[in-house]
Amino acid sequence: MSDPDLLYSDVEDDLRASVRDLLADRCEASALLARVESAEPYDRKLWTTLAAELGTAGLHVPEERGGQGASTRETALVLEELGRSVAPVPFLGSAVLATTALLGADPAGEEAAGLLRRLAAGEATGALAVPLATGPGAPFPQLVGADPEGTLTGRVGTVADASAADVLVVPATGPDGPALYAVDVAAEGVAVTERVSLDLTRRVADVALSGARGRLLAGPERAAAALDRALLTGAGLLASEQLGVAQWCLDQTVGYVQERYQFGRPVGSFQALKHRLADVWLELVAARAAARYAADALASDRPDTGVAVAVAQSYCASVAVHAAEECVQLHGGIGMTWEHPAHLYLKRAKADEIALGTPGRHRTTLADLVDLPA
Amino acid sequence: MSESIVDADELRHRVAAFLAEHDPATTDRLEFLRARFDAGLAWVHYPAGLGGLGAPRALQQVVDAEFAAAGAPDNNPRRIGIGLGMAAPTILRFGTEEQKRRFLRPLWTGEEVWCQLFSEPGAGSDLAALGTRAVRDGADWVVTGQKVWTSTAHTARWAILVTRTDPDVPKHQGMTYFVCDMTDPGVEVRPLRQITGEAEFNEVFLNGARIPDAHRLGAVGEGWKVAQTTLMNERVAIGGHALPREGGMVGVVAGTWRERPELRTPDLHDRLLRLWVEVEAFRLAGVRLRQQLAVGEPGPEGSGMKLAFARLNQALSGLEVELLADEGLTYDDWTMRRPEQVDFTGREAGYRYLRAKGNSIEGGTSEILRNIVAERVLGLPAEPRVDKDVAWKDLPR
Repeated sequence: MSDPDLLYSDVEDDLRASVRDLLADRCEASALLARVESAEPYDRKLWTTLAAELGTAGLHVPEERGGQGASTRETALVLEELGRSVAPVPFLGSAVLATTALLGADPAGEEAAGLLRRLAAGEATGALAVPLATGPGAPFPQLVGADPEGTLTGRVGTVADASAADVLVVPATGPDGPALYAVDVAAEGVAVTERVSLDLTRRVADVALSGARGRLLAGPERAAAALDRALLTGAGLLASEQLGVAQWCLDQTVGYVQERYQFGRPVGSFQALKHRLADVWLELVAARAAARYAADALASDRPDTGVAVAVAQSYCASVAVHAAEECVQLHGGIGMTWEHPAHLYLKRAKADEIALGTPGRHRTTLADLVDLPA
Repeated sequence: MSESIVDADELRHRVAAFLAEHDPATTDRLEFLRARFDAGLAWVHYPAGLGGLGAPRALQQVVDAEFAAAGAPDNNPRRIGIGLGMAAPTILRFGTEEQKRRFLRPLWTGEEVWCQLFSEPGAGSDLAALGTRAVRDGADWVVTGQKVWTSTAHTARWAILVTRTDPDVPKHQGMTYFVCDMTDPGVEVRPLRQITGEAEFNEVFLNGARIPDAHRLGAVGEGWKVAQTTLMNERVAIGGHALPREGGMVGVVAGTWRERPELRTPDLHDRLLRLWVEVEAFRLAGVRLRQQLAVGEPGPEGSGMKLAFARLNQALSGLEVELLADEGLTYDDWTMRRPEQVDFTGREAGYRYLRAKGNSIEGGTSEILRNIVAERVLGLPAEPRVDKDVAWKDLPR
């Protein structure tokens, strides 16, 4: 197999520029702070523009299945930019998790194929009904049961982006074993209750299904693999979001310590601060390489994908948290205030550390993959 | 010599033609290396006539791979690292035609080993404070002073040397750079024993050593500028090699982990995995850095690689000693020796642990490298300086 391409192509740079322009225009910090306490914490207009008009909702979906026919490399790039602006859009839940689960269903199945087309076109918004902390390699969830008629009952807590979704992709245990069902959020017997979320710009919600009608997407032969691939893809691509979060934190802090004067000089001239920022920068150099490798490995389905994802997620999760914590600390008093956006990044970084498997869980996975047993 | 741009195919042709005329199996090693230099296949990015073909630097790997595949002898680059990595680029940039022709060929073939006379007891991180004096005497310079941390001084034929020629101007202005003959009677090399027990380094006393003015590199008073070229190349040389996964120190520790299950504890397991992940992430960063160089977009990432390498090497070698438990209480050999090169894998864990301590000091301390990243990459302001406009002789010391 050829060497992984860890750079950004010209096409990817163009995509980055258009997403960044959109976010600079529509996701400004003070507006974002106002939104997180409003009745509409998700920005539906921005999401529509991003998903449908820019076509980012179906980037790694093949064209014949209604997508853009690009790859997870491009999806990762969008996540990097969304992380950089902590944009309040359900991209992870819909364009990554739900969409990738549907890609694992039988392409000939009408129900799954139809839903995939709608999600990829940005006509509908999906969410994958698993607790956000679930990582790849976890056992198939036993939280929801399905009867032979496809009626679903059960509860799933802390589902990412569920409160912004029209349709849920629900892993359930049916009469024949593991299965994936589509459930309309508006249907009878479905209650989606948003929790008070640590991450203000990506909400988690509890999903309660009491005799809700589900439409079968994948049966026992495909459901578990489809779910695991979605979680693996999510974990690998989340590393790019974490990279974006960390990059913003570094850039903001580097800017601030040059403007902030104490003791008659910019605080950024003190080595005590400079050295900490140099360390964050260095972590970002490695995080970028690890995140690019995971996105590339997922795109070309390398045999090394498991290692690539475990390395990227365990490393980038910690880098994002470190960068956000340093951002708050090195901003001093202003960093502790609600009016400064640093806390939005800290909250995202900390929630992302748990999302799709903690660093420790990914290292446990890695121990098996690279033969370093406990 | 054709003016056309040399590409990879052209280089493969030239290597094949060279090998047809110089069978590595039957040609004397030194003859082979000299002929390779004369054919422009030594370092292809150097100019024609000086061991190269003016080709892109990235194509060197093509040539090296072809020679390696043919079983050709190499110039033992680890033994002559200072010459290849530091002296040669400095001579190429600042040397006269005569100096280039005299020094580069035996440097590359390894016939003449080089060392670096930079650091002094009173000038480490603040190299520009150095006080080794060079005074003009007719056609010569007479040099008096002391240098330290000089690897390979005991095997070296030549040294690159920075001296103070004008103490009355601020420190960065009064320096001059020379090539110093290590066989001069005024040069005395004493082993400097390290915490490992061996003396890989030396201290070098210059007691009226005479250097002809023809061996000056760059103009009088321009020594700092010349030294910058050397130091930039040193950091590239230290942080820049390609390794496969588990190719460095982490592979040694992982090997012990796999072979010795009785040594494992949960705490060590967690720390090993954390370090394994970090090493792999930085290995990928190295791969990415080389991809950027190959497409002509060198990023600032290179300045940080040595920082990461030093920290991870130290953490891993410390973990290894701890992992070995009872055996970690022992050391292979404290006997004073003078090795020709660092041998990380030929010695035991205790040696690796102690030697790795030097990784964050040699070639720029990690603290200085963080300053460089913060100031040159991130654009943060420098610390206020009290020594910038003061004559060197008036600096507190």
